[in-house]
Amino acid sequence: MNALLEVDDLRVYYGKVEGLHRASLRVPEGSIVTVIGPNGAGKTTLLGAIMGLLPSAGSARYAGADLAGTKTEARVGLGLSLVPERRELFGEMSVEDNLRLGAFHRFRKRGVDLESELTAIYARFPRLEERRAQLAATLSGGERQMLALGRALMARPRLLLLDEPSLGLAPRIVRDIFRIITELKKTGVSILLVEQNARAALQVADYGYVLETGEIVLEGEAAGLASNPRVIETYLGLAGKVIAT
Amino acid sequence: MSFDIALWLVQDGVTNGAIYALLALAMLLVFAVTRVIFVPQGEFISYAALSLALLQAGRLPGVVYVLVGGGLVAAALDIALALREKAPARLPRIVALYVLVPCVMAALAWWAAPRSVGLPLQVLIVLGLVVPLGPILYRVAYQPLASASVLVLFIISMAAHYALTGLGLVFFGGEGLRSEAFSDARFKLAVLDITAQSLWVVGASFVLMFALRLFFEKTFYGKALRATAVNRIGARLVGIPAELSGSLSFLLAAFIGAVSGILISPITTIYYDTGFLIGLKGFVGAIVGGMGSYPLAVAGSIGIGLLEAFSSFWASAFKETIVFTIIIPVLLWRSLRSRHIEDEEE
Ligand SMILES: Nc1ncnc2c1ncn2[C@@H]1O[C@H](COP(=O)(O)OP(=O)(O)O)[C@@H](O)[C@H]1O
Ligand SMILES: [Mg+2]
Repeated sequence: MNALLEVDDLRVYYGKVEGLHRASLRVPEGSIVTVIGPNGAGKTTLLGAIMGLLPSAGSARYAGADLAGTKTEARVGLGLSLVPERRELFGEMSVEDNLRLGAFHRFRKRGVDLESELTAIYARFPRLEERRAQLAATLSGGERQMLALGRALMARPRLLLLDEPSLGLAPRIVRDIFRIITELKKTGVSILLVEQNARAALQVADYGYVLETGEIVLEGEAAGLASNPRVIETYLGLAGKVIAT
Repeated sequence: MSFDIALWLVQDGVTNGAIYALLALAMLLVFAVTRVIFVPQGEFISYAALSLALLQAGRLPGVVYVLVGGGLVAAALDIALALREKAPARLPRIVALYVLVPCVMAALAWWAAPRSVGLPLQVLIVLGLVVPLGPILYRVAYQPLASASVLVLFIISMAAHYALTGLGLVFFGGEGLRSEAFSDARFKLAVLDITAQSLWVVGASFVLMFALRLFFEKTFYGKALRATAVNRIGARLVGIPAELSGSLSFLLAAFIGAVSGILISPITTIYYDTGFLIGLKGFVGAIVGGMGSYPLAVAGSIGIGLLEAFSSFWASAFKETIVFTIIIPVLLWRSLRSRHIEDEEE
């Protein structure tokens, strides 16, 4: 069977600078796939291209259909949802408005019950319920990440793209986030997880890719990658351990 | 200057200032959502004021040709796009919005012109003729280059302004028109002699501002529009189409422009190009308010109205000069003190 997301030879240019050099990857339905790599490897660029935020060459197919020529807004309607590295929340609006707007494309198609949906999100993120009337800009880093995740989930994605969800968060919150990621998988959402925190990412993922300077240099089952000497040396060394604990 | 005259000038200034405030709000809204400096705002004022005066004179306003023609161009662009994107399901909606609505409105105007149908219906017809021009203008002139820089969008605005002024001259002619006062009543309040028209203007402006506030705070589409203004990337990521926000903000701006034109048409004689100066004063109000704050823009616009009223009394030859020169110290002060409005993204 074909994978939910199939990316082949994807290239992205920033002017003359190549941000991504022929990346190919697969996300099978119902699985967590991770892309790990150092800062500047092209991870954010990869997700931006899949989401249609950046122009790209090569092919990206979702649920069997080519995404070329489909705008970002329409991709959201197809079931792709990105939690961006910079969160991109609506800072001057309330937490609850941020969440409601997450369901915009479904609201337009009518017949959605936003209230029960909100209840479900609040059950998963109790902190957001406490802060529902507060402006998004006043949230702490961890709460902002929760809100970005919650907003993406309001779109009912079939494929969730996560860009460094643990970036800049306290270890306790990082653990929460990764727990939620595994829970989401059980609800049938497929996840493409981009991380610098390789240890945690490889623990929750089924399959992994290593991206360096715009190229996929290594791939394999997550468990296999976690025991690969090269990955251990570069990504799971002392620095990785400190982040993961 | 006596106290009576001062009060009379205040009344005059607040009346005009209320209009400038409405226009300033439209300017801010369009800029925040689309990064467009909405220069053609003034044409919506002229078109609406002249259309109302013509309807009252029993003539068909020439704006119907602009509306139907513009609608056809917009429809052609959208149909081409839909065919290219292989989405024929969109065709009926495109035809309904850009062809059917303009034609129905034009027919209604043609029917109403020779009859005296009364002010309320005339106002509704004028709104129906002028407001759809907003989304049509966005579709034709701005949407194809929506992601261009602020400067490019500004150049488009200048072009749109000249094009619409030219069309105004062709279809309305060069004569100045004034519509009938909504009511001839006058109210004596102490020494003040308030005209009903001033009350109409100030009252309608504040009702409209309040309605806008409700729209942005309570409705889902209002929130979506605000979200686009707050974070454009975030808005795309939740699936709010940029064209929808752009179209909606132009619809609101056109509505505000048309209402302003209708409100001032009994006070001032309007020519095909008068709206530009009025719109520009709203723009000055928005700048005084920092191009970002709605309450400050309203205060700034009322200040502009007062400044204009008093300078027309003391130095009437320099009225416009004074109003537009005020921009320089304000901009200097702002550029030294506050954050810049920068050309974000790319
Ligand atoms: N807007 C941009 N303009 C120019 N170069 C960029 C831009 N964004 C990213 N890059 C470059 O593309 C490469 C990949 O960046 P990015 O995708 O952000 O990496 P990562 O997310 O893995 O840290 C880097 O070399 C970066 O400098
Ligand atoms: Mg990144």
